[in-house]
Amino acid sequence: MNSSVIVFPGSNCDRDVAVALEKLQFNNKMVWHKDMSLPKSDLIVIPGGFSYGDYLRSGAIAGKSNILNEVIKAANDGCLVLGICNGFQILTETGLLKGVLLRNKNLKFLGKDVHIKAINTDNKFCNKYKKNQILKLNIAHNEGNYFTSKDHLKELEDKSLIPFKYCDENGNINEQNNPNGSLAGIAGIFNDKKNILGLMPHPERMIDPIISNNDGVNLFTSLLN
Amino acid sequence: MKITNAIVEKHGLKLEEYSKIKKLLNREPNFLELGVFSAMWNEHCSYKSSRIHLKNLHTSGKQVIQGPGENAGVIDIGDDDAIIFKIESHNHPSYIEPYQGAATGVGGILRDVFTMGARPIALLNSIHFGSVDHPKTKSLLNGVVSGIGGYGNCIGIPTVAGETKFNSTYNENILVNTMAVGHAKKDKIFYSKAKGLNKSVVYVGSKTGRDGIHGASMASAEFDENSEDKKPTVQVGDPFTEKLLMEACLELMQDNSIISIQDMGAAGLTSSSIEMASKGDLGMELFLDKVPCREEKMTPYEMMLSESQERMLIILEDGKETKAKKIFEKWDLDFVVIGKTTNTNNLTLKFGNKVVGEMPIDALASKAPLYDREWTKTKLPKKKKINNLKKIKLEDALLKILSSPNQSNKNWVTDQFDQMVMADTIQKSGSDAAIIRIHKKDKAIAITVDSSANYCKAHPYTGGKQIVCENWRNLISVGAKPIAITNCLNFGNPENHQVMGEFVECLLGIKEACEFLDYPVVSGNVSFYNGTNKKNIHPTPVIGGVGLITNINNRIDRNLKEDGNIILQIGKNFGQLSQSIFLQEIYSTTDGPPPEINLSNEKNNGLTVSKLINDKLVLSVHDVSSGGLLIALAEMTFGSLYGVKINKSKNLSNLMEYFFSEDQGRYLVEVEPDNLKKINKILDENNVFSEIIGTVQKNYFEVSGELKIKKNELYRINNTWYNNY
Repeated sequence: MNSSVIVFPGSNCDRDVAVALEKLQFNNKMVWHKDMSLPKSDLIVIPGGFSYGDYLRSGAIAGKSNILNEVIKAANDGCLVLGICNGFQILTETGLLKGVLLRNKNLKFLGKDVHIKAINTDNKFCNKYKKNQILKLNIAHNEGNYFTSKDHLKELEDKSLIPFKYCDENGNINEQNNPNGSLAGIAGIFNDKKNILGLMPHPERMIDPIISNNDGVNLFTSLLN
Repeated sequence: MKITNAIVEKHGLKLEEYSKIKKLLNREPNFLELGVFSAMWNEHCSYKSSRIHLKNLHTSGKQVIQGPGENAGVIDIGDDDAIIFKIESHNHPSYIEPYQGAATGVGGILRDVFTMGARPIALLNSIHFGSVDHPKTKSLLNGVVSGIGGYGNCIGIPTVAGETKFNSTYNENILVNTMAVGHAKKDKIFYSKAKGLNKSVVYVGSKTGRDGIHGASMASAEFDENSEDKKPTVQVGDPFTEKLLMEACLELMQDNSIISIQDMGAAGLTSSSIEMASKGDLGMELFLDKVPCREEKMTPYEMMLSESQERMLIILEDGKETKAKKIFEKWDLDFVVIGKTTNTNNLTLKFGNKVVGEMPIDALASKAPLYDREWTKTKLPKKKKINNLKKIKLEDALLKILSSPNQSNKNWVTDQFDQMVMADTIQKSGSDAAIIRIHKKDKAIAITVDSSANYCKAHPYTGGKQIVCENWRNLISVGAKPIAITNCLNFGNPENHQVMGEFVECLLGIKEACEFLDYPVVSGNVSFYNGTNKKNIHPTPVIGGVGLITNINNRIDRNLKEDGNIILQIGKNFGQLSQSIFLQEIYSTTDGPPPEINLSNEKNNGLTVSKLINDKLVLSVHDVSSGGLLIALAEMTFGSLYGVKINKSKNLSNLMEYFFSEDQGRYLVEVEPDNLKKINKILDENNVFSEIIGTVQKNYFEVSGELKIKKNELYRINNTWYNNY
């Protein structure tokens, strides 16, 4: 499977994602933000970091870059797109995903391991997870507090567009175990066609038990199924 | 402008120093030249009070590639890998403007490391605040922690270890020390020494603004009630630009374009250009009209003294300009040739075709003042028999200490840092030392940063030795071979004889411990004048240590592993309580001497524990340090599913002395009962004292006949203070 990782000035998880993709047998290419075209890709990853310093608003400037026009075109043609952390923020800025990511409820940067529950697994990104499986992933963000309209939230729930929600180690989803104040404990969402996934936690940090665990592996290998 | 005594003093120079400048120049300096001299001759840049003592430190060793004197120290970790690291203070700016002060401290130390060709792989910090009741402490803590996080998180280097301490000695002068660690290829290390005539001197990075003018001079003076007015001397950090600068420099370093490179840190363009020329025994000519400026109508004086961040000076090989420029343009950074190397041995400053300043390089650098300041010895305080103390229950003492600000769990701090970015963090904060894997290899480095200001205050010589030992012990405890250290020496006013004595004697202690443990100092920084209105801080040397784990499978942590295993205390417990956390927290007493250091026991115990780890005979290891045995045991349960059951020794004369003494050179190890015989044999062969103190058990933290607490409850108590502050 061919993957492309978009690199913006200020991206800082680009290498980590590339390492994960290569380890999991993707044929990966790095794409510089000033490039005017994309290599042939089955998967486009927009990595975490602080693109353009997150100046103005997280993801706002990256959302208007050259290469993003190409990403939008590819996504509309059905290409798989994964935005992690800052990548998720960029996807909401472009409108490929609806809703916004607000400052964390405690107004502080949060870098820690959290539990999330795989709510909906019947999709290309999650089919190797068991339904309701509890994963431990790492988060590291200032703005991960997902917010959207009531109608859109209903749509997300009704159409199974929420793959993961924050939970405790036993899988309970409640405000106490919601690290950033995200609406309904949302840790990630799909677009309508489920080919675009935005995710706040970092699966690429969870692909090696020496470092952490293997809980992020299936997010990538599901795509190879 | 006529230079008056008042102007001289405003530049932080003594009148006799000004006379020396006139003598070296054979004339009066102009205003610009005076500014340049003041920037080079202040304590921060010239080390004028410390140089004669620093040269006694132990700085060489088989694995040392570069010792002190460069941007950072370099050590050999085998194969073709080198580790480049340094610690630095940003105390004064952080007190005035905590967020920016701390953030630019991180930015500065990162530049020191990537300037030498290393990709930074970890950040550490040692931060000291005043008493928790002091009205400024809370906002300083908030600002500093978010500043450190703000910079490191954005640039994408994990912040993996550190210490946060509170003591009223820092009420008016906090300490913010940050350490950066980078990885480079041994044959791709870059130095600041200029070479060759007529070579292009290139300015890269951010534009120059009016921020941070005279920052280094500010850091070389005591604070007073007007310190707040010094805000404009604090620099403003931009981690985004630094990220671009780092990537651009590392890209340019792939081939042989660079002759030498130096970051513009304290005293900006002045110190970087002079340093490069001085090391290369050359002159340098700068065309100041070419300096990229952020603000209008900047004068040569402002350009030379600005401490705007994220800037570098590079001397390029002939013919490499076009290629180099392309790289910096790719990263949207300025790239301007602003000067050339000369054979005049002068720093020549031109502005609008006119020479506006010309000074001999050696007058600015090697001929800077050097002081052998008077100092007094600190006597070893007498041991006092501690009588008549109000009786306290062991459980109450334990809980009080675990919930105190200094011993509390620091998740509140470390959760504000990205500890995992770069995906090579094997072990993060909340352990004896952090462990970072060398990218795509099976080896790792262990890193830790430590200080013991109370010990150093009580007896600087012992304190100096102790802190090196504790740092070494922390690396041993995670399965690493300690290799070298960097030190950040935070002291008060060196013109005060007692303070100077604290400095000299701490340094002597550091030197002796480093020699004995073969643990050389490869880089460091001195920060004097920490104090306000004649009140000096406790002497606070901070040690950052780096060790090597050749095979990541031989790493070990402190978390208890299995029900029924035996806990062994290695090293002798003499029950010495003076200067302990116990006496401070329970009885507010800080009398008496610090714990004694026996270097020979320290080394023997440590190397024997290393052997046990490498032979895979122990399952968890933790050193016993501040707080003593009981606190160390509690810490072994925090990251574990298990608790402990400790049996009181029969011939125990004093419960508190046994459980809270801070005698040095001790470790706790967890062993399987079947391995005990083998272990005892090794300990006997090496003459290492040990005793069985208890076993691992489920759910409870227990001392037989004294206390029994749910292990999770203990963790909760340890985790409350910050969240309620």
